[in-house]
Amino acid sequence: MIRVVLPGHLRTLARVSAEVQLHIEGPVTQRSVLDALEAQYPMLRGTIRDHVTHERRPFLRFFACEEDYSLEPPDTPLPEKIASGAEPLLIIGAIAGG
Amino acid sequence: MSGVRLLVGTRKGAFVLTSDGKREKWDVSGPHFSGWEIYHVKGSPADPNRIFASQTSGWFGQVIQRSDDGGKTWMQPGTPPGEPTTGPGGMPKGESNKFVYDTSAETGKPLTTHQFYDGKQHPWEFKRVWHIEPSPTDPDTVYAGVEDAALFRSTDGGQNWKELSGLRGHGTGPQWQPGAGGMCLHTVILDPSNPQRIYIAISAAGAFRTDDGGKTWKPINKGLVSPYIPEPTAEVGHCVHHVAMHRSRPDVLFMQKHWDVMRSDNAGDSWQEVSGNLPTDFGFVIDVHAHDPETIYVVPIKSDGEHFPPEGKLRVYRSKSGGNEWEALTKGLPQSNCYVNVLRDAMTVDSLDKCGVYFGTTGGQVYGSADAGDSWHPIVEHLPAVLSVEVQTLP
Repeated sequence: MIRVVLPGHLRTLARVSAEVQLHIEGPVTQRSVLDALEAQYPMLRGTIRDHVTHERRPFLRFFACEEDYSLEPPDTPLPEKIASGAEPLLIIGAIAGG
Repeated sequence: MSGVRLLVGTRKGAFVLTSDGKREKWDVSGPHFSGWEIYHVKGSPADPNRIFASQTSGWFGQVIQRSDDGGKTWMQPGTPPGEPTTGPGGMPKGESNKFVYDTSAETGKPLTTHQFYDGKQHPWEFKRVWHIEPSPTDPDTVYAGVEDAALFRSTDGGQNWKELSGLRGHGTGPQWQPGAGGMCLHTVILDPSNPQRIYIAISAAGAFRTDDGGKTWKPINKGLVSPYIPEPTAEVGHCVHHVAMHRSRPDVLFMQKHWDVMRSDNAGDSWQEVSGNLPTDFGFVIDVHAHDPETIYVVPIKSDGEHFPPEGKLRVYRSKSGGNEWEALTKGLPQSNCYVNVLRDAMTVDSLDKCGVYFGTTGGQVYGSADAGDSWHPIVEHLPAVLSVEVQTLP
């Protein structure tokens, strides 16, 4: 089971109070995690990555095991601890704007 | 007894203010969508319990919310509360935020580009919905004016959106450019007597009209003079801030331009300045009295570089002659040390007798008048900066 921690505003939008758990078949990558997340919570489509291009929105970052994976290609495998559910994938909104 | 419901969009959420027909005591609910920018909230004239809200964020993009119970509960169209987020066959619901610009049918490439701040051509990029305009007759049909400037329409209650791309495709698109607030389509007026006619306005491109339901459009900016652009009387390029119409006279339009208050008596084919004796003709809002189509309201702002009332006095100006002759309305409004702004969608009128007039400020106040502007009182005073105010007059 993959664990994902959403920013507060997206937890509200998805109507979840804590981290999200996803079941993923095959390689665990940014793309497969986001595909599964959006399938389970369609209201999050367009809020993390663009509807059409699937590019990450500029003020969001993806952290896994204390490493920033935001600039990695979307099909790069995420760490084993993410794939095993030992650690969550963190989707973080930039702290900006005062 | 009749009543009114004010729908207030702010920098940090939406608020719903309700009162009976006396408009003296108000209930305040909110913030809805706390922490998000709510650019606009507007109810359907065809079903007053149906309200649409534009919820937006620099981080998370655009969301369209809808209420079917007068603002008590909200959902993203397609995902009723408590129901599964997928429909029969596994198709996702709740995808109310997908605004994708049309591409050229011939080449598959972007339909057009626009002028950017540096003078170069730039592709259209969707940012947010500035204005929502529900159909006067069909609660499932609603229009959205967006940044970068384009008009979208939904015919399924806000779930799916389709661009009316004839607007961008009519030829002047490459000359459009962003105003200081972005290149936004902020005004959508549906002609109540002619469903084929729609007016829109864009900063900074100008006003446009369609007479065939959105297939084809033409600029309607003749008579506008903007000395701060390379060609002051150009066909497009004017920074129109807002346009208002009285439903009984859909060919008469009033405009607050960047500078200048303007009037058209021929559906925008030509405009005349009616700034008259205003202390400054810069401003954002303009609106028309509900029962007297020659009575109009503006809030003069000092200048394009100083977005606050002149002399620190918050004054609504009313003309009972359709412009040129204006009177200051000050009773109940702060007349010293007031340096707020009133943004383009932040004024509205109800249809009670006497006509109620309401406006919100960037200082978080919402003022109301139950006597057509003769006197004012603050309904709420400490909201986040107000982006928009709309009213519903309830039976």
